[in-house]
Amino acid sequence: MSEYKGVTVYCEIKNGKLMPISTEALGIGRKLADDSGQELSAVLVGSDVAGLAQDAVSYGADGVYIVDAPFLKDYQTDSYTLVMEKVVNQAKPQVLIMGQTDIGRDLAPRLAFKLGTTVTMDCVELAIDGDSKRLLQTKPVYGGNAQAIFISETDPQIVTIRTKAMSPLEPNTSRKGEVINIDAGIDASEIRTKILDKVVEEVKGIKIEDADVVVAGGRGIGSAEGFAQLEELASLLKGAVGASRPPCDNGWVPDTLQVGLTGKIIAPELYIAIAISGSSQHLSGCSGSKNIIAINKDAEANIFRQARFGVVGDWKKVLPAFTEKLKELLAS
Amino acid sequence: MNIIVCVKQVIDPEAPPSSFKINAAAAKAEMQGAAPVIDPYGEYAVEASMKIKDAHGGKVTVVSMGTNLLREVVKKPLSMGADELILLEDEAYTGGDSWSTAFALTMAIKKLGEYNLILCGREASDTNAGQTGSGVAEILGLPCITLARKIDIEDTKAKVERVSADGYDVIEVPLPAVITVSNEIGEPRYPTIKGIMTAKKIEPVIWKPADIGVEPSQVGAAGQRSKIQKLFQPVHEGKCDFASGETAEETAGNLAAKLREARLL
Repeated sequence: MSEYKGVTVYCEIKNGKLMPISTEALGIGRKLADDSGQELSAVLVGSDVAGLAQDAVSYGADGVYIVDAPFLKDYQTDSYTLVMEKVVNQAKPQVLIMGQTDIGRDLAPRLAFKLGTTVTMDCVELAIDGDSKRLLQTKPVYGGNAQAIFISETDPQIVTIRTKAMSPLEPNTSRKGEVINIDAGIDASEIRTKILDKVVEEVKGIKIEDADVVVAGGRGIGSAEGFAQLEELASLLKGAVGASRPPCDNGWVPDTLQVGLTGKIIAPELYIAIAISGSSQHLSGCSGSKNIIAINKDAEANIFRQARFGVVGDWKKVLPAFTEKLKELLAS
Repeated sequence: MNIIVCVKQVIDPEAPPSSFKINAAAAKAEMQGAAPVIDPYGEYAVEASMKIKDAHGGKVTVVSMGTNLLREVVKKPLSMGADELILLEDEAYTGGDSWSTAFALTMAIKKLGEYNLILCGREASDTNAGQTGSGVAEILGLPCITLARKIDIEDTKAKVERVSADGYDVIEVPLPAVITVSNEIGEPRYPTIKGIMTAKKIEPVIWKPADIGVEPSQVGAAGQRSKIQKLFQPVHEGKCDFASGETAEETAGNLAAKLREARLL
């Protein structure tokens, strides 16, 4: 019998708040804990983060581990890996859930290798296997062309989850949970890297990951000027502009607008894909959208397999007319 | 500068999705009718190594692991300008997970011995795991920067721009270190004729498990700590409702009307 038990969620914090992915992780963590008759704990690591313990409890945690120290203000691989190793050795969870974010992508594999266990990255579904009681970890592979279900043979079974793939619970502020403080207990000399600068590339208007409507363009848009037309439609619908990889690689739009496996993974109400063929790597970033609308000159384009509505045609002719028509409809 | 780049042969991720087929029994996939390629993410790592070699000189050694490695495929990094190619080619290396892969690569890197920098792609286009770089770094006890979009070497340190959700972080790391490279580094260079001719003359060095000091039971499927229970293609039952019309204007108008009708506006 393994000494490991329970489910633990590493809660990522940004701008003094739990990130949405952390509440999603607590949501699935709660379900897995209930399904296996075990407890759910949360981990908060950072500087001045103790105040978020109740939020983690409200979203489903039974208890919260806190590692709070000034030098943990910014994420660094060495410091966070050592701290998380300490937390895992104390909490001994059977399952550890993190978010597939820029931090989770870095921390989860490093921690897994340090602990001698495995991690399955970017899971879109998690369940407890009825027979073995092990975690069934479903993740897209081959750029989203297929999915694989993995089982880890070692504990803790670590996973990262894809943004918006799981749902958070309604927060219940009357829930109570125990708080356990853990001393970071590491030496500054153990941090080998130094952050020289954090550069924020400002984006006009609403952020793509927060937008209900995203108007995205692909290689066929052809230029930065072309994207100005997409911006017009996006602002009309109070949405954001996104792009597949080629426009970012060509410098027509900033890299931060990239939607896809290696960019942002989003799930807006409405995703309007213009001149995007729909490679698997791009669809991985937008297939969670509630409604995909596609405009593409190629009737066989892969994007139409995911789209609810579509137009086969040259976007240069279709888009201006579409934007005008929407203006009329929205004004009436 | 001695740079080691880890890159692998994969099924062509740019082949049409219709040629993608799953072999459920082997838990593997293939692109029917399309030749394998060097992993595109790994190619960005090769490109990063070439940029550093251009600026500082040095030697680039490429390590690839697998079976049925096509020489014209795995030699591509040589034709881009790499100097040496090590192939971990043996049945024992197949079917591994991130653990056994990182372990075998690390043992090969240890055998190579002298290096200042180890580069990997941010992830592979088949597994989409993104663990090899971090795993190699942890086993070697080296620092690792993932998701690099720019690497500047300054004496015994590297200054790395790391992609973040809002832009990028600038991080300084002492060498030797492991860095995983993201596509923002810039398009990989095309092999030149001269590069292709040079690559033809370079014979890859093949290392079996015994050559890197490991038992076959430590690598490949035998050395894995996680296993695939099932590999499948998700079904898209969605049907696209196409708007039509005599002119582009009319079609666009019909699309707008459909969206209004479906209450999407």
